[in-house]
Amino acid sequence: MEVSLPTPAQAEPRAGRLSRFVREARRYPLVPILILVVILIIPAIFAPWIAPYHPIDDGSLPNRLKPPVWAEGGTWDHVLGTDKQGRDILSRIIHGAKYVLLVSLSVIFVSGVIGVSLGLMAGYFGGWIDNLIMRGVDVFLAIPAILLALALVTSRGPSFGVVIFVICFILWSRYARQVRGEVLTIKNQDFVARARVIGASHFRVIVRHILPNVFNTIIVLATLQVGFVILLEAILSFLGAGIPRPTPAWGLLVSEGRELVISGKGWQLSLFPGVAIVLVVLSFNLLGDWLRDRLDPKQRNV
Amino acid sequence: MQRFIIVRCFYAIIVLFAVSIIVFVLARASGNPIDTMLPLDATPEQQQAFMELWGLDKSYPEQYFDFLANAFRGDFGDSVKWADRTAMGLVIERFPLTLKLGAVAIGISVLIAVPIGVLSAVKKDTIFDLNGKVFALLGQATPPFWLGIMLIWIFAVEVDWFPTGGDEGILWIVLPAITLGWFQVAALMRLVRSAMLEVLETEYVTLARVKGIQEWKVIWKHCLRNASIPPLTLFGILAAQVMTGAIVTETVFSLPGTGNLAIEAIRGRDYPVIQAVVVLFAVIYIGMNLAVDILYAYLDPRIRYDRA
Repeated sequence: MEVSLPTPAQAEPRAGRLSRFVREARRYPLVPILILVVILIIPAIFAPWIAPYHPIDDGSLPNRLKPPVWAEGGTWDHVLGTDKQGRDILSRIIHGAKYVLLVSLSVIFVSGVIGVSLGLMAGYFGGWIDNLIMRGVDVFLAIPAILLALALVTSRGPSFGVVIFVICFILWSRYARQVRGEVLTIKNQDFVARARVIGASHFRVIVRHILPNVFNTIIVLATLQVGFVILLEAILSFLGAGIPRPTPAWGLLVSEGRELVISGKGWQLSLFPGVAIVLVVLSFNLLGDWLRDRLDPKQRNV
Repeated sequence: MQRFIIVRCFYAIIVLFAVSIIVFVLARASGNPIDTMLPLDATPEQQQAFMELWGLDKSYPEQYFDFLANAFRGDFGDSVKWADRTAMGLVIERFPLTLKLGAVAIGISVLIAVPIGVLSAVKKDTIFDLNGKVFALLGQATPPFWLGIMLIWIFAVEVDWFPTGGDEGILWIVLPAITLGWFQVAALMRLVRSAMLEVLETEYVTLARVKGIQEWKVIWKHCLRNASIPPLTLFGILAAQVMTGAIVTETVFSLPGTGNLAIEAIRGRDYPVIQAVVVLFAVIYIGMNLAVDILYAYLDPRIRYDRA
């Protein structure tokens, strides 16, 4: 009996371009990327063009508290319903996306730069510098972040600056810890000693020889932190210590709905912004897990 | 070992000291209480008298040392907002609720996370393991305040099983505790799973099986006991998360606990109360971490602590 099993090489021409593309694409986390593009990146950039209404000004009281389209009394005019001032919830969520993106990108960048530099120094120089920086990390971990944010907001008023400052305040220590640990194992390798022997300065050794070796770790860590940053920003906004009203930040939208949900008048107010947060955080976490498996197999959870 | 404990205690004290400085600076940075406490038309003499009454006319270093000396005795002064109450008195009055909530929340998360984590490891790569993974991913992506509101919507508004807020009766604690515990479940579960996987492959587990010990006993007694060391470290972090989580949960469910007190105090610029709450939270956090460190050293003789 002759059955010819197709070898990969034979299968190639028959499969055609499309399925080859599909096979290639399956190696990437397409669903999370698609979710991020559709509900975060496109809305963040094109909100004024794709949102059906203005997020703040287009309210009308007769239209208040409309349920979403599939519920009784819902209309296609307001697909996800309206809030208590008659503003379109979908439009507010779409406009909120850019704040999520803005806060998370700036926080990740600023705290990354600070944390990585300190972590590199602590790991490379060791001794009292290491001790000082790592005790600093302990101190920052011991302070309840939310109380810090609230205290600052009372004096400065809620603003982007405060949100970014507070989250960086917490986040840098995570980078510092992780990078320090990596550097400790790298710095004893031969190439570091050789670089020193041929006369490279400490600065050059750190930037040219050690940093490239911890770069993958940093990328993975940064991606895995995005979800945490978004959650924290949402929590701060929810408590009134984050992005100021009437900005449609997602955490604020959930918080505005709280009383109406409790009084049974408008569950749609809190539900949908929350779903948006969950989807975005979930996607970033999945993306981070995938990156870790690709770039940094050492760290993989069993 | 003794040296290790001493060094760790020393570190904990330094950290506490640094926290006290930050707390002091923060309270001063959050605005002058004159603005909220005195009427707008107060005369300069009245303002002066107020400053002297609260010791605000001294230099900052002097104020700090006063603060430190008093804080050491647990005295953070009288509340500015609540008349005739000491700051520590208010915190102590509100603390039992937060403690109860936190304990039930941690209890729930352990009860859910440990069995699922163990079974996920034992049934690795099955549909059960996959479900556990999805559950953990969702858990880590859900904002706690949103979960709380959704629980109220489903279980207190749509079906009237639990109250929407407050702390009357017994049932009130169910929804807040789930809200507070939910976020911890995912992290704990993953840690238990990976610790179990490591233990399951060791020789003494194979030996236990060869000896003919029943499988359930091997897993739940031999393995789990050895796999419980890594998750222990998480308890330090868990305590901190529960503390900060309590602020959010108490706000969602309008519970009169320490978290709620902190928010009210901050809105009223009540320095002494803010300081008392932050210091209490920091002491708990640092104390938990210290305890975990020491416990860890006892439990795992493989770890050498010569260099602390």
